[in-house]
Amino acid sequence: MTRHLLIIFGGLSALAKIIVVTSGKGGVGKTTTSASFATGLAVRGYKTAVVDFDVGLRNLDLIMGVERRVVFDFVNVIQGEATLRQALIRDKRYDNLAILAASQTRDKEALTIDGVQRVLEELAKEFDYVVCDSPAGIEHGAYAAMYFADEALVVTNPEVSSVRDSDRVLGLLSSKTRKAEQGEGTVREHLVLTRYNPARVAKGEMLSVDDVTDILAIPLLGIIPESQAVLNSSNQGVPVVADTETDAGSAYADMVARFLGEERAHRFVEVEKKGFLGRLFGT
Amino acid sequence: MDWMKLFRSERKNSAHVARDRLKLVVMHQREGRGAGPDWLPRLREDLLAVVRRYTEVADDAVHVRVQHDQGVDLLEMNIALPEEERGGSVSKAGST
Ligand SMILES: Nc1ncnc2c1ncn2[C@@H]1O[C@H](COP(=O)(O)OP(=O)(O)OP(=O)(O)O)[C@@H](O)[C@H]1O
Ligand SMILES: [Mg+2]
Repeated sequence: MTRHLLIIFGGLSALAKIIVVTSGKGGVGKTTTSASFATGLAVRGYKTAVVDFDVGLRNLDLIMGVERRVVFDFVNVIQGEATLRQALIRDKRYDNLAILAASQTRDKEALTIDGVQRVLEELAKEFDYVVCDSPAGIEHGAYAAMYFADEALVVTNPEVSSVRDSDRVLGLLSSKTRKAEQGEGTVREHLVLTRYNPARVAKGEMLSVDDVTDILAIPLLGIIPESQAVLNSSNQGVPVVADTETDAGSAYADMVARFLGEERAHRFVEVEKKGFLGRLFGT
Repeated sequence: MDWMKLFRSERKNSAHVARDRLKLVVMHQREGRGAGPDWLPRLREDLLAVVRRYTEVADDAVHVRVQHDQGVDLLEMNIALPEEERGGSVSKAGST
């Protein structure tokens, strides 16, 4: 990468915050979290774009309920086959929200670092936040998703392989990102503990919040309970945060509030608190 | 020793077993990461060889890292002994 390009990017990145949602391990809730986090930011009045980096396995469009509106995708924009304006899908429910879908037919190598940089630069001009939904793994796609990040949501399940993979990813965030390579400080890391089941924790069957924060040693942004509401909402193509009456939806709304600097006590840590909502919503 | 008790406590505390195993794995994983002298991995290998002259330990039993603390560089070594050496009270990380 040339110094010239980096200087240009450094100037623009100040306009928007780039946040990667990453995990290493697959299926832990990155896309669910990206969708709700981005929607939550938009609800709070911030212009937010959410970008699917999972080339070949795109899903964000389905979770956001815009799958029928995908005409052009991220790779089309990188390769000059479409403009960003043509490819960005403006959410019909939330004015501030836009989605950039991943390509279903290309391979992950299509996300060149220069190409990603150009697209993020352009998004940075219009949006306050750009949320990057990373693919699983620590290969090129995950690298491309994290490279330009200012902050990272490290999505982790209370389970040994997920925690270990999150730790691997923390290592990459501190070495394989632009910030690390250019000595521009560090990517700010946040732990998002998802699919948490307080009842199983109480029985000693599941790692507790304290176990995980103790091991990963990064600040806890949110605890998202294991919840039927997540499946219900993905069935309908509505991010779960849209329904703050549900346990997972309210947990995501709290997470967004904390991200924006508000103080919110963590809920769903103990059985009785979950029990209360559980009774209402049948979880 | 009451084997029923052992059985029960193991079942009940599988989260604790997970936590202890993870701590070791993560500690090991982090060694290659932080800034440290480049002879650190070789020191680790040598230490492992020395320890093995006296007892059998797993490949990941020896941990070394350099910590910077208030202007002091501290070399930290951590050697996990096999179960019998510790009175069998703590379960050991998987020794694959
Ligand atoms: N809090 C939750 N409670 C219950 N189910 C959940 C929760 N979070 C995610 N899931 C479910 O877990 C599955 C994986 O979620 P998701 O697609 O968000 O993970 P991912 O990390 O993006 O996966 P991939 O690595 O394949 O991209 C989905 O079926 C989703 O509905
Ligand atoms: Mg995903």
